[in-house]
Amino acid sequence: MTAENAPALPFPSSWVRRHLLDIESLSAEEITTLLDTAQQLKDATDGCRRKLSLLSGKTCANLFFENSTRTRNSFSLAAKRLGADTVEFSSGGSSVAKGETFVDTAKTIEAMGVDWVVARHATPGTPHLLSRELKCCVINAGDGPHEHPTQGLLDMLTIRQHRPSFAGLTVALVGDIAHSRTARSNIWGLRKLGAHVIICGPATLVSRRWEELGFEVAHRLDDILPRCDVLNLLRVQFERQATRPFPSIHEYAALYAMNGERMSRSKDDILIMAPGPINRGVEITPEVADGPHSVILEQVTNGIAVRMAALWLSIGAAQRSTESTV
Amino acid sequence: MSALLIENGRLVDPSQNRDSVARLLIVDGLVAAIDPSDGEVPVGVERIDARNRVVAPGLVDLSTELREPGRDEDETIATGSQAALVGGYTSILCSSNTHPPIDSPGAVEFVRQKAAKARAANIYVTGCVSKGRRGEEMAELGLLVEAGAVAFSDSPAPLANSALVKRALEYCRMFDRPIFDRPEVPELAGRGVMHEGRESLVLGLNGLPTEAEDLAVARDVRLAEATGGRLHVGPVSTMGSVDLISRVKSRGIRVTASVCPHNLAMTDEALRSFDARFKVHPPLRSVRHVETLKRAVADGTIDAIQTGHMPRAREKKMDDLDLAPFGMTALETTLAATITALIDSGLLDWKTLIERMSTAPARIAGLPAGTLTKGAPADVIVIDPDRTWVVDEQNFYSRCNSTPLAGVQLKGLVTHSIVSGEVRFRRQPELEHLA
Repeated sequence: MTAENAPALPFPSSWVRRHLLDIESLSAEEITTLLDTAQQLKDATDGCRRKLSLLSGKTCANLFFENSTRTRNSFSLAAKRLGADTVEFSSGGSSVAKGETFVDTAKTIEAMGVDWVVARHATPGTPHLLSRELKCCVINAGDGPHEHPTQGLLDMLTIRQHRPSFAGLTVALVGDIAHSRTARSNIWGLRKLGAHVIICGPATLVSRRWEELGFEVAHRLDDILPRCDVLNLLRVQFERQATRPFPSIHEYAALYAMNGERMSRSKDDILIMAPGPINRGVEITPEVADGPHSVILEQVTNGIAVRMAALWLSIGAAQRSTESTV
Repeated sequence: MSALLIENGRLVDPSQNRDSVARLLIVDGLVAAIDPSDGEVPVGVERIDARNRVVAPGLVDLSTELREPGRDEDETIATGSQAALVGGYTSILCSSNTHPPIDSPGAVEFVRQKAAKARAANIYVTGCVSKGRRGEEMAELGLLVEAGAVAFSDSPAPLANSALVKRALEYCRMFDRPIFDRPEVPELAGRGVMHEGRESLVLGLNGLPTEAEDLAVARDVRLAEATGGRLHVGPVSTMGSVDLISRVKSRGIRVTASVCPHNLAMTDEALRSFDARFKVHPPLRSVRHVETLKRAVADGTIDAIQTGHMPRAREKKMDDLDLAPFGMTALETTLAATITALIDSGLLDWKTLIERMSTAPARIAGLPAGTLTKGAPADVIVIDPDRTWVVDEQNFYSRCNSTPLAGVQLKGLVTHSIVSGEVRFRRQPELEHLA
């Protein structure tokens, strides 16, 4: 891989956000800008495989207060593909274990001269708090069950690569909605882009209040399956559940696992997505995960693309706001 | 002989059904007369001109955390009782959740001595219901009464053990002392940090469901009925609680209830900021609950308003919503928040407001307060009812500066707090703008 000179990629003039905290507060136009930019960067890097020097001289800090390998590596690769340096920080061997608050930890990292803090934390809202305390850009890499905006974006980018438009598209999010940040980011983003969203899962993990918010709620996958253009199968997050929300994995799999038999009752061109890590045999069987309708690995590649877009757009907005105040 | 005459003020005393301009004469720490003849007024009396102000019996708080001993980074007996005066509270019931907790006569005595030294608001002691506040065995309630405890509570911990509640209600009938419960079923409350509803769903935060409170209130009122004990539930925060209390009261059961003003003034939408200053007990609820609670305060289903003063040090409240403790400072904002939420909106008149904040809580706790009848201890406050001010976290007497009301404009300011005839707090006119 060799670094190339930055291509003439025009910075979208409408983009003004220094932080990417959630999808709920973005407009449809902003989401489209992110997706367009991600696609351009993916193409310019030959499918996220080659390096550009768009962000050379900048430093991205990965602040992961909660375990992660794939999202963290995806952000690291995205930064490196655009020429930025990365610094890794995880709570295990850090001062957090010594009683320092996460805001103090983040401020310390910022003082080392970083341009972005990419934050993952088990508590909702922590990136929002950081965005008020730090001067650098803050990107939410997952805040508890609240949102995971780059995951939502990469899911939307993947759908867009296979479908001409979100209008008229029916997308079902299936599984542990209650504990899923991926679900919340998809729910808002897909609705804003014009898709019909069905939220499906056991009643203990899918609140009736989603209906008050205008979404279709279903508890039986088989009832909605024939209507779905896209299924996004969310992992059951056993680690976040205080009391077990269903009797057994066996029962859950019987009701919700996407298997060959269910595939035969689905639309011919259905897309099967999963944010991973997947529990094979729980929400998805191997034949489906590895089958022709699965776009799970494309999602992973698109993750680097949307993260490149998030890094480039946020720092661009920060630089422009500094220039305009000078 | 010491004498004080408060003139030209609007004297509001629900215990005498009075709301009219009158002169209040205080002699030797007691109320001597309302509208005394000139001959009755001693020569050389100290005078306070209360023109355009409200003169009322000092407010009474049913539960104030003072944090001393053991947690004095949050508050002390001295700072808390001074903050009380600034907010118009001349009597407070201190919570039992100190370290060690107030479950022994010695602990009661410690508070009484510190209170005497602080010489601010009167401090009455709430003893623990259970030994060590562990919620298992009854504390030595009889000995605590002898030492001076006026009520029993493990608040802010809920009384989880129903058998303990029943025993305590039965046992306390011997002393005619009330049991206070902050109603909550712990296993339903779980790790909740905010009201469970549409907002918590969208924000992905663990919710405190209303039924966690409703179920505890239902149990409490049934046990009060079964035992004939004196029960006070509070602070309550749900429509369900209001419904249960209203039904049980209509059957003549001895149950009283209270609410905090933040539950009358704010909703759970504030949590969208993810700021831990909004992580409070009871949680900020949705607008339906707020409206129901306001009506319940107006119609008397809810007897009393309490501050919900749960001071926590700044560094503790700086953390994220899961780690930061529940808590807020409230003594200095409760009166103004209530005036703003209930009087300004026309839901409450002044007489009812003073009833809910002074006379009723004094009656619930059995205190010689909440009245300006002749011979009563002269615990009196003077309020500038029209004064607007903005809550500034930097200007609290309390050691805690975290409040959900930061930056909010409120109406009504205490200018004088008088305890036993002594003016213990007088707002400096030149500093009033700092409020």
